Amino acid sequence: MDVFEILKVSFDSLKANKLRSFLTMLGVIIGVAAVILLVSIGEGARRYIRTELGGLGTNILIVVPGKTAKEGGTHMGTSSVRKLVYDDAVLIKKRSVHVQYAVPVIVGTSWVKYRNKNRDTYIVGVTEDYFPARNLSIESGRALGSNDVETKRRVCILGRTVKRDLFGDVNPLGATIKIGDERYRVIGIMQKKGVTLGYDLDDVVFIPTPVAMDLFDTDALFNITVKARGEQSIDAAKRDIRKLLIHRHAGREDFTILSQDEMLDVMGKVLNIMTAVLAGIAAISLIVGGIGIMNIMLVSVRERTKEIGIRKAVGAKNRDILFQFLVESTVVSVTGGAGGILLGVSVGMAIPLFVKFLPTSIAWWSVVLAFFFSALVGIFFGVYPARKAALYDPIVALRHE
Amino acid sequence: MKELIILQGIKKIYDLGKNRVEVLKGIDLSVNQGEFVAIMGPSGSGKSTLLNIIGCLDRPTEGRYLFEGNDVSNKSNDELAEIRNRKIGFVFQSFNLLPGMSAVKNVELPLLYSGVSGPERRALALEMLQRVGLSHRAEHKPPEMSGGEQQRVAIARALVNNPLVILADEPTGNLDSRSGTEIMEIFKHLHQEGTTIVLVTHERAVAGYAERVITIKDGVCMDGCF
Ligand SMILES: Nc1ncnc2c1ncn2[C@@H]1O[C@H](COP(=O)(O)OP(=O)(O)O)[C@@H](O)[C@H]1O
Ligand SMILES: [Mg+2]
Repeated sequence: MDVFEILKVSFDSLKANKLRSFLTMLGVIIGVAAVILLVSIGEGARRYIRTELGGLGTNILIVVPGKTAKEGGTHMGTSSVRKLVYDDAVLIKKRSVHVQYAVPVIVGTSWVKYRNKNRDTYIVGVTEDYFPARNLSIESGRALGSNDVETKRRVCILGRTVKRDLFGDVNPLGATIKIGDERYRVIGIMQKKGVTLGYDLDDVVFIPTPVAMDLFDTDALFNITVKARGEQSIDAAKRDIRKLLIHRHAGREDFTILSQDEMLDVMGKVLNIMTAVLAGIAAISLIVGGIGIMNIMLVSVRERTKEIGIRKAVGAKNRDILFQFLVESTVVSVTGGAGGILLGVSVGMAIPLFVKFLPTSIAWWSVVLAFFFSALVGIFFGVYPARKAALYDPIVALRHE
Repeated sequence: MKELIILQGIKKIYDLGKNRVEVLKGIDLSVNQGEFVAIMGPSGSGKSTLLNIIGCLDRPTEGRYLFEGNDVSNKSNDELAEIRNRKIGFVFQSFNLLPGMSAVKNVELPLLYSGVSGPERRALALEMLQRVGLSHRAEHKPPEMSGGEQQRVAIARALVNNPLVILADEPTGNLDSRSGTEIMEIFKHLHQEGTTIVLVTHERAVAGYAERVITIKDGVCMDGCF
């Protein structure tokens, strides 16, 4: 049997019914595009989170109040949870040889004003250790020093967005801005970090933690950001912190220590499930596309009964007819699959250009998988109509008008 | 002379639930190699049914059919397809060409199923079209051709695999008398070249081309069966 001739016959018969062929393919096109797109969104989220958490800096442990942090509901502050306080951080650093830095962090929002310009922004209270611990770079001016923290100086370091909104092109170093009711001197500007998932990482102002405690009138920390001395010290540091805090919290473990690996792990698991669910939903649309192919092939077999009769009369065997219709349904699905790849990949690549907060990453395994799956769908849903065609009685088929 | 086709007690019965239709009631017939036989009879007498059985398109309900000395009754569908492909050329009243394919592609069709390569298929098909005087119409599709031309394409298709026998079921039935004569001249010519032909018709003039005329009535052979 001449495969090229059969392919040609398939293409000719598809060309003879262009609109119908296209509509049939559309089901597969949409299915394949959906698989590629949804997986690329899942992959994009995974990649985003990996770089985000990677950006924490290496050997970082984050201590948060409450015991359910890993399950997602962070320190929602049930009555039995004791808050983390400034001295917890100081003691962690003092008592554990495995800890290089332990930074008490406070986060809140407040209005910031410079002359007639103002902005509602995140205020993050940190100590001088925060910048080396998180690998944060200062673009101009200086970072916080231990003096600033110890003497509760009202100094601040601006993120790029805050700097741009309040100062424009003016050099803000040494200027005085108002946060809440107090005046702060600008001592530095952060390096640009960019926008991810719709969240502006430069929309932030750093001040010393003790100052932030006064500003927000609280001594409850948002977290304690710890940096271990090295990779080998992480587990030991974790043990030390746990022991110390349980002791200080009257024998109760009402806090959670998160390491970067654990966070990646948990997020990775969530994302795997999410990606699988998305791919599964998309795969269902591919199967629906396959049913569309089966439907049209059944119509086609019926319409071409006479042709089948003629072919059998001149010597086509059952398997020749079977093969011809199987090739035809596979051509529909594979052509649709190729179209779907084109659509899925181009839309997947275009999304981040138009929707800033949705990072996508084309997973090439999903492209290959979707393509083969579409070919499989064509074969699977083509078998029944093709078998029907192959088993026609030649006389009955010839008489058909 | 060698017997190419031998039918012994061939019956065809359609069992339609309540009513049993006996279309062929025991036909005994043989056709020699190189013979030109016409089958005549009134409409509905079973001529086409008989020709389809001879052509291995249909199976008899009862009786023995020897083609080239081999019993065909217990051959598989694929084996019958192979016989149709290599040893039998069919010509139908309504031409039965594929309307979407050019004349030459139509003629190539039997070769496609006997595994002949593309270029060779085309060469053989063009040669056959030349034999029926249609070289200039090779790339035309059947709907663009007259009835007579379509039937000549069908004859070229029947001949292309160099069959042992040509079976024609009222080949002039859909043609005007002039085209009909042209077609019959082709059959006459083929017969002179030694091709075996079995032809069904109800026109005396057409039957006149044959060496022997078989008459069938109500599924029974009235004359010419031996
Ligand atoms: N599949 C079938 N079922 C029932 N009757 C049939 C079938 N095919 C043919 N017949 C009957 O067989 C008889 C002979 O048909 P046919 O061989 O076509 O006659 P002819 O070619 O001599 O006109 C007709 O009466 C026809 O109705
Ligand atoms: Mg008839």
